[in-house]
Amino acid sequence: MSTALLIEQLLNGLQLGVMLFLMAAGLTLIFGVMGLINLAHGSLYMIGAFACAVVASLTGSFWLGLIASLAAAAAAGAIMEVVVIRRLYDRDHLDQVLATFALILIFSEGSRWVFGSFPLYLDIPPVLQGAVSLPGGGQYQLYRLAIIAVGIAVALGLYLLISRTRLGMRIRAGESDREMIAALGIDIQTLYTIVFALGAALAGLAGALVGALQSVQVGMGEPVLILAFVVIVIGGIGSIKGALIGAILVGLIDTMGRFLLPKTLALILPAAQAGMVGGALASMLIYIVMALILAFRPRGLFAA
Amino acid sequence: MIARETIINTILALLLLAVPLIAMAVGEPFYITLSTRVAILALAAVGLNIALGLGGLVSFGHAAFFGIGGYAAGILATHAFNAEPMLFGVEGTTSMPWIWLVALTVCGLVALPIGAISLRTSGVYFIMITLAFAQMIYYFAISWPAYGGEDGLSLSVRNSFPLINTAKPLPFFLICYALLLLAMSLFALIRGSRFGAALQTARQNDTRLAAVGIAPFNIRLIAFIISAMVTGLAGALFADLNRFASPSMLSWHMSGELIVLIILGGKGRLFGPLAGAMLYVLFEYTLGGITERWQFFLGLILLGVVLFARGGLLGLLAGKARHG
Amino acid sequence: MVEPILEIRELRKSFGALKATDGVSLDLRPGEIHALIGPNGAGKSTLIHQISGSIRQDSGTIRFLGEDMAGLGMPERARRGLGRSFQISSLAPEFSALRNVMLAVQARQGSSLRFFRPVMTDKSLTEPAMAMLERVGLAKRANLPAAELSHGERRQLEIAIALALGSKAFLFDEPMAGMGPEGSKALTGFLDALRHEAPILLVEHDMDAVFALADRISVLVYGRIIASGKVDDIRNDPEVRRAYLGEAA
Repeated sequence: MSTALLIEQLLNGLQLGVMLFLMAAGLTLIFGVMGLINLAHGSLYMIGAFACAVVASLTGSFWLGLIASLAAAAAAGAIMEVVVIRRLYDRDHLDQVLATFALILIFSEGSRWVFGSFPLYLDIPPVLQGAVSLPGGGQYQLYRLAIIAVGIAVALGLYLLISRTRLGMRIRAGESDREMIAALGIDIQTLYTIVFALGAALAGLAGALVGALQSVQVGMGEPVLILAFVVIVIGGIGSIKGALIGAILVGLIDTMGRFLLPKTLALILPAAQAGMVGGALASMLIYIVMALILAFRPRGLFAA
Repeated sequence: MIARETIINTILALLLLAVPLIAMAVGEPFYITLSTRVAILALAAVGLNIALGLGGLVSFGHAAFFGIGGYAAGILATHAFNAEPMLFGVEGTTSMPWIWLVALTVCGLVALPIGAISLRTSGVYFIMITLAFAQMIYYFAISWPAYGGEDGLSLSVRNSFPLINTAKPLPFFLICYALLLLAMSLFALIRGSRFGAALQTARQNDTRLAAVGIAPFNIRLIAFIISAMVTGLAGALFADLNRFASPSMLSWHMSGELIVLIILGGKGRLFGPLAGAMLYVLFEYTLGGITERWQFFLGLILLGVVLFARGGLLGLLAGKARHG
Repeated sequence: MVEPILEIRELRKSFGALKATDGVSLDLRPGEIHALIGPNGAGKSTLIHQISGSIRQDSGTIRFLGEDMAGLGMPERARRGLGRSFQISSLAPEFSALRNVMLAVQARQGSSLRFFRPVMTDKSLTEPAMAMLERVGLAKRANLPAAELSHGERRQLEIAIALALGSKAFLFDEPMAGMGPEGSKALTGFLDALRHEAPILLVEHDMDAVFALADRISVLVYGRIIASGKVDDIRNDPEVRRAYLGEAA
């Protein structure tokens, strides 16, 4: 195995981790501030991807599409919050799960109605096409590197937003003590809508960015949503830092597992069997890691 | 005076029996299959209702057990059909009672570690972890090529039951119906028993349970295992109904649907799963006849039930649930 | 000297910088009511939580009936005979008062893994439970869900549960709180008699009740016991008057 291949896989893992962070950050923020579990977060991811694909094909500009994805997901999130989610804050988790499960059905079937069952395709913008040379002689897609950069920028931005701004102060207050922020005279309903829309916009951004790598289709948000759940469970629900570290961990473990496990098993098993066992094991690996972490730390690595 | 809920329950039970009998008489076997589907989904939901309704354990991963039951039926039947022994030289079988026994045992054995890890947590963590474990099994099933992988596993003929011709729709329905009634009796017995008292206290206030000296963890774990076994039995029947063990039985949509069945019918109630399954299959059939996008409307209905009619169908018909 | 039922030595518990329990030692002897008083935030409930096992201490020992409780959770301690009532009532709200007590009877019989026999027709559960409700004066309310009982009645129900457990020592956290004068009086008489069944560690703000009932009083302030002794000694202790009773005087 060459160094270049290894670096390529590590970067792939990092890129997956960064995408998961964009999803998980919103989920964990919404849980931390509002105490809400939102299954429909994957639908916002899908909305972002569709908005980007549609606007990019109409205008020919990926960048306008990206802006559209942020706007569409944030708007969808805000509407979702005002119409449905708001009624769920003081309900138990079961009601939240069911209502947001219902939203998934509505959004998925609704999109299928509008866009049909065939996938849409989104091109990588010309500036980011091509590849960079890796040390060791390999090539790596520039676009994937750009995604990693966007992820790091978002993580930094969120950190600054939460630690340095008035909005961030209110979010922190909301996490620790809801009555206090009401007492401070902060309009809690508006704050909740803003937080929800912010989380939605991040999910939409993730959807749009990934849309150019894969295809844009109904149901694309669901596998990502479940991985994002694994991330925030590992990281500790409500913790953005936990979401970041959990996301990178899951991204790397999943990618490296798929890459290395079959190769490692090939040392002790015949090739065909090693591929089969290794592939099956690799697909279960992050869940096994999650189970191990929870067996020792039931509230995740960075429980809030 | 007989309670209103008892009357409604009796009507529901008789209705489910009457539809296939009438369908048989007028030569519309499709409705027998539809009723069998109701009975099996209700059975799966009765299982989940032990954990969710009595114990308050929102398992979002019961599809794992439903699917394992289905694959137990598929794998045993495939080995028997091909006359290949399985691991350790065990022969396959096409006999339902044996398949059920295997499905129950395997689900119990899988539920033990999943429950033991998941129950160390609570609330949202529990929901997400059960979901994640079910996904783990789902991905295992689709990436393990020996038993069909993503294509699932077909059964060439329906498995057999001593003295009964299971290939005919009505006898197979009656088997499923009998098992459903049996499982509902089990649910009722558990609910009224000492174990049920402890389990329901764990849902209402687990500190109280610990303060009288009963460890909530043990009670919940046992409930989770029993619950998984019943849902697994339903899975075995479901594979026999469709002659197909599909990875979609393991998918998280299935887990969601099982919860939906309970909530549509009425959470924690003996007949909630049956009422919910009838309603669900009715929606699927009527809405599905009108539009391909019937799940869109199912979503709207479900949203309406959660936001405005929390007692489900039985809550609307029979009023608030009562406890002794 | 009589062997104490419950013996606490040098118990410490901190939450961050806050020393909630700061080297507390006290004991509970057969037949006595030992009152634990102190201002709000003194750490009384934290202490009760540590004794009953819902919070683990940082250091120090708790011995009950001669056995070290370290490593035992709340269920194990309850099974060994530590019965508690909660400062904020902790009941199964949907269950009737009777079923709440029946659960304790069943726990005492050690028989929660019975899956088939219905409890409501099981006289070995209903009869002792009903007897306990009669003892605390709740028999008429037996079939009401706990959630529909009044505040004071829920307190009585908690005590009935502790009785049904056959507890060998009682930890009562503010049992009089929220009771009217009539109720407090009745409960005072009841606890007075109860001490002969099993000793009581009583956290209580109602000073009339404390002075009427207690054999000994310990005063907890900022996690430390600043005085401990007979009722009259405490009443006249200058430090106690300053730190605590002064507030009320």
